[in-house]
Amino acid sequence: MSHIEIKNLTKQFEVKGDTITALNNISLSIERGEIYGIIGMSGAGKSTLVRSINFLEKPTDGQVLIDGVDLAGLRPVELRKKRSEIGMIFQNFNLLEQRNVLGNICFPMEIAGRNRQDAKAYARELLKTVGLEEKEKAYPSQLSGGQKQRVAIARALATDSKILLCDEATSALDPMTTKSILKLLKEINERFRITIVIITHQMSVVTEICQKVAIIDNGSLAEEGDVDKIFESPKSDAAKELIYEKKEGITPVRALKTSNQIRIVFKENSSYEPVIANAVLTLRKPLNILMADTRNVGGTARGEMILGLPEDEDSKKSFIAYFREKGLVVSEVIGDV
Amino acid sequence: MFDPKVAEMLLIGTKDTLYMTLVSTLFGYLLGLPFGVILNLTRKNGLHPNKIVYGIGDFICNIVRSIPFLILLILLIPFTRFIVGKSYGSTATIVPLVVCSAPYIARIVESSLNEVDEGVVEAAKAMGASTLQIIFKVLFVEARVSLFTGAVITTGLLLGYSAMSGTVGGGGLGDIAVRYGYYRWQADIMVVTVLLLIVIFQVIQNLGMYFSGRLDHRKKR
Repeated sequence: MSHIEIKNLTKQFEVKGDTITALNNISLSIERGEIYGIIGMSGAGKSTLVRSINFLEKPTDGQVLIDGVDLAGLRPVELRKKRSEIGMIFQNFNLLEQRNVLGNICFPMEIAGRNRQDAKAYARELLKTVGLEEKEKAYPSQLSGGQKQRVAIARALATDSKILLCDEATSALDPMTTKSILKLLKEINERFRITIVIITHQMSVVTEICQKVAIIDNGSLAEEGDVDKIFESPKSDAAKELIYEKKEGITPVRALKTSNQIRIVFKENSSYEPVIANAVLTLRKPLNILMADTRNVGGTARGEMILGLPEDEDSKKSFIAYFREKGLVVSEVIGDV
Repeated sequence: MFDPKVAEMLLIGTKDTLYMTLVSTLFGYLLGLPFGVILNLTRKNGLHPNKIVYGIGDFICNIVRSIPFLILLILLIPFTRFIVGKSYGSTATIVPLVVCSAPYIARIVESSLNEVDEGVVEAAKAMGASTLQIIFKVLFVEARVSLFTGAVITTGLLLGYSAMSGTVGGGGLGDIAVRYGYYRWQADIMVVTVLLLIVIFQVIQNLGMYFSGRLDHRKKR
């Protein structure tokens, strides 16, 4: 039984008499202990999707099952109990500004009616887990973004959650802090065997820690599966767009007008061989490197390149054949990327 | 002018003024606070949106607030008589003061609560908090500085209104100012009562601001 199962989920909003479909017939299964990424552009509906998992947004149609239990069938009291077992962290941290760090972590335990002394002791333990034990008396306004998110993570774990929902949890953080928060999430995932669902618009977040990913485009599920598979050969347009995302300091591919572009992805073993140089030497045709990058995908280094091939079809085909033979994943880049 | 009799009168007047102001603020909040909470909960983006309840509350609020206090004071005389048994004196004045302040307080409470970050409320909901828990542990706590400041402003307002009730025999410093200053042209006593009112107002305002500063943890210290 999947830990979280979303079945044919549809969510519509009424806005001034118009019906807007935020999510359209989405089905996903998330297994226990997985780190599952849900990625999409702004406004794709991913925030609505994650809010459906704890029923902060009630679906218009379809089901959400946690451990096989349909959330729609629960009475309000039971739903609140269920929610208390699902931790959630947010882009804006959403800490209580008028409570100090310890008070914030104790908050969900107070709601659950846990004894004050026990709550404090456990909160201190959690602070150690997130590496902020010396900050227990500080107020959120005295903390940096990364520290606030650590407090929020500790708070989300306080009720022994089995699921952690992360809604753009690193979007307000700088790249270094993002890395450290992702590392912490990974540690927590391994230590507590907690299922983590990460909503993000950054592919780097997904490749860094997620095992599986769902790509949401315009309210629909565009593609779903193992991160390394989708990274190697994205099929949907939305996935391609996210994977070939522009980075600062790198000339976007569209600026270079070359018609025959391919994208190749190096696997670990192929990284050692000078494939490009060998290809040029073997085929005696020029090759243009338009973009090259390495990324950490689920802990292993993956190289990717966008290459501009000669204009004639024959040399193009022979290059593609050569790379495939060398065990690289090749995909054609069509039009603007 | 400052013979013991006048001094005693001023002392009693001060005492009555404080009594009217503080007791009406207290009762005003007993009615206005839950009223304000209901407005906050039932508004469009509230925890329990309800157009009808909000509409009725909103309407009552606006109607009462648009009646000038002096008129309300007179309109309410039968009601006041029914509640306190008489329509003059400081205790009787508390009735219109409460009726007048409750919708005002409700508005102030509503706007204070509306300022609470929706994200924090959502986080509490995600933790499984009930509406009551959200009200008492999130809304009141996060908005406490604004709520307290609102209470200080309301107290100041009621101090002014209590003096106004002096024109119809309400007791307190306002009553003295009207009787001696207006009817008997004893400017000195009027000036003293006005000074006393200014001093009381300053004390309330400054103490209030001092405590609201102490309550706030949002500032970096």
